[in-house]
Amino acid sequence: MSNFFATTLSTSPHVKDQRSVPYIMRHVVYATLPLVGFAFWNFGWSALLVVATTSFFCVLSEGIFNLLTGRASSVGDYSALITGILLGLTLPPAFPLWMAAVGSIFAIIIGKAIFGGLGHNPFNPALVGRAFLQAAFPAAITTWSIPQAPQRFASLLPSTLAFPFSTPNLDGSAGATPLALQKFSQTASPWQDLFVGTSAGSLGETSALLILLCGLYLALRKFLDWRIPLGILATVAIFSGILHLVNPNFASPLAAIFSGGLMLGAFFMATDMVSSPVLPRATWIYAVFIGILVVVIRIWGGLPEGVMYAILLGNAISPQLNRLIKSTPYGHGNKAGHGNKAGQGSKA
Amino acid sequence: MHTFSHGIHPDQAKLTAASPIQRFPFTQNYVVHLAQNAGSPALAIVQAGQRVLRGQVIARPNGLVSVPVHAPVTGTVKQVGTSLDFNGKPTPSVLIAADPSSDQQIWQTHPQDFVQMSPEQIIEAVRDMGMVGLGGAAFPTHVKLKAPPGHSIKTLILNGAECEPFLTSDHRVMVEQSEDIHLGAQILLKATGAQECVIAIEDNKPDAITAMEEICARQGDKRIRVEVFVAKYPQGAEKMLIKALTGQEVPSGSIPASLGIVVSNIATAAEIGHLLPLGIGLTERVVTITGDGIRKPGNYLIPIGTPLNFILQEVGVVGDPYKIIFGGPMMGKSVAFHDSPITKGTSGIVIFAQPQVADEGQLYNCIRCGACIEACPMHLEPYRLGMLARHHSYETMVQDYHLFDCFECGSCSFVCPSNIPLVQQFRISKQFLRDKERHV
Repeated sequence: MSNFFATTLSTSPHVKDQRSVPYIMRHVVYATLPLVGFAFWNFGWSALLVVATTSFFCVLSEGIFNLLTGRASSVGDYSALITGILLGLTLPPAFPLWMAAVGSIFAIIIGKAIFGGLGHNPFNPALVGRAFLQAAFPAAITTWSIPQAPQRFASLLPSTLAFPFSTPNLDGSAGATPLALQKFSQTASPWQDLFVGTSAGSLGETSALLILLCGLYLALRKFLDWRIPLGILATVAIFSGILHLVNPNFASPLAAIFSGGLMLGAFFMATDMVSSPVLPRATWIYAVFIGILVVVIRIWGGLPEGVMYAILLGNAISPQLNRLIKSTPYGHGNKAGHGNKAGQGSKA
Repeated sequence: MHTFSHGIHPDQAKLTAASPIQRFPFTQNYVVHLAQNAGSPALAIVQAGQRVLRGQVIARPNGLVSVPVHAPVTGTVKQVGTSLDFNGKPTPSVLIAADPSSDQQIWQTHPQDFVQMSPEQIIEAVRDMGMVGLGGAAFPTHVKLKAPPGHSIKTLILNGAECEPFLTSDHRVMVEQSEDIHLGAQILLKATGAQECVIAIEDNKPDAITAMEEICARQGDKRIRVEVFVAKYPQGAEKMLIKALTGQEVPSGSIPASLGIVVSNIATAAEIGHLLPLGIGLTERVVTITGDGIRKPGNYLIPIGTPLNFILQEVGVVGDPYKIIFGGPMMGKSVAFHDSPITKGTSGIVIFAQPQVADEGQLYNCIRCGACIEACPMHLEPYRLGMLARHHSYETMVQDYHLFDCFECGSCSFVCPSNIPLVQQFRISKQFLRDKERHV
């Protein structure tokens, strides 16, 4: 009576959640698109070209590296695209495209691929790329354009199409960022402007409101760990609030959290799963550590902004946090307490 | 409402929740395994050619953690030897050819009144019924009922959580056999000396909750009550039930009795309530047969020893099944040998027509998303255990990351977006360590 069926054998579980790495990454890409749209509206065609360039060169570098090393293609997991979009969003609007391309290649190859690809990168690749650009092109990366310029949809900013390896003619009439104004001329920007985002700055960092909305979407759908942005922002608010009370020349808590790259960094960079800690307790330490560093660099460092280095240093301590902080499994905590409650336990 | 921290929410897919229990047809040949319980296999006491009656003892317990086996049908013993189990591994068995003319009614009963019986006599009667945990683990029930020296039992939990996706046998038993369960609870209260009995049901089974609350109200036994739990996998694991109900954790390496608690499956209680007063043994059980690979999903009362192939014939397979699972899809075992039989621990058979996500997912590196941390009901660090397993660092897995606290619920593998076979690696690691221990 035996019918023979060639059924599949495997050990349990036999069902699985739909979420896969590409699924998660794709949704992070979706969450960055409103920021790209806002950058376009705020800074015009130059902004869009920068993000397009970084995205293209990141995906291209990933693909070429796969080919050269004979590794399975990882272009389809969307992680290189995220790196590209995020790197673009951290650059100034008038950033020369050839420099953006160089930074993208560096981000993927040095920031990720040589470590073994996605999952093995110790640092957030987009920030590695940006740190490289900051060191290589310090003038271009701190040249800010005026937001909402009337000609932004009619013409490109003069430095956008600078000839590769030439020194671009940087626009001297550019606007200073709110953080630079605060640091170097003690001029506070109204936090409402910072919140909406019509201020000078990197492409994707200006609108705190929009970042908050996109970040909330990711947090609600559990694509990012909400503890990280909450921990960083709360730390910055509390720490700079204390300093503001001591010396009103320092930024107010609201200005501190809504200005510079903090919102973008807290929601989109520090939350990179690979380079941030895993256990909740380690995550809180990581977030507070980054928050403190941000304020320290902003106030006592040489630069007006410190989010990038704060997160990179946070990435650096993540493996140690993962190793040092362990979870307490079920049945291992408060053993004595349980024994007492049960009234018997170890006496037997 | 009670719950525990962590856990997962797989698609419940309880397709057969509203299907009343039906008697499954009898077939000609039965394969009765002697190793149906956790512990030592029973020893056959019949010979080939011998006539047996349905309910007659055909194998006696061998040692303390062992139970007798009863003939599932009236017929003739064809062979006493070995047959293949679901995995294709030889296992001691008795093959019985059923009498075609028999109506398979059990005529021989030994009525007994539990009120007149001492706890010891009840525990002995439970063993003589061949009773094991019907939730799947098949641990001999009589062993659980005896509190270890120095412990006393205060609380009896009847586990009707049934958190495995697809399975509905316990659900239907609660809806249809609430009186048996209630009587079983009273018998078990007497056997264990417990003062209270909690019937634990997940909130996705409102009709079962109603049925059990009604019987409790009608019988007026103040010791027995229903408690509702949030539907979440693996709520039905006894450690999770205890945590959710009492807030206490069973200490690592210990058993619930150390907290004065005994957990028993609800179907086990129903069978005790049904069979013990009649004095007859366990010869059949309720099995959920379900999945997209068959035509007649349902909850069936099936004689133990019924071969899978006969069952597939009766429920109608759609094309070539892709995978057949004994048990639920989270912890069940895929079947290699399709003539292997139903055993006391078979709570369900899931037949998939199509590959599932678990079979198709591409492997990625761990991205340390922490999904496994949020899933693990034991609060272990599956991602870290997985990395250590890849590097064969088994000792570190045990010493620093508590490998042996994992009870293999599979939640980590279920959620892993990189499709890393975490729980599968943990099983292999544990097996490696056990083998090593044996060889030292």
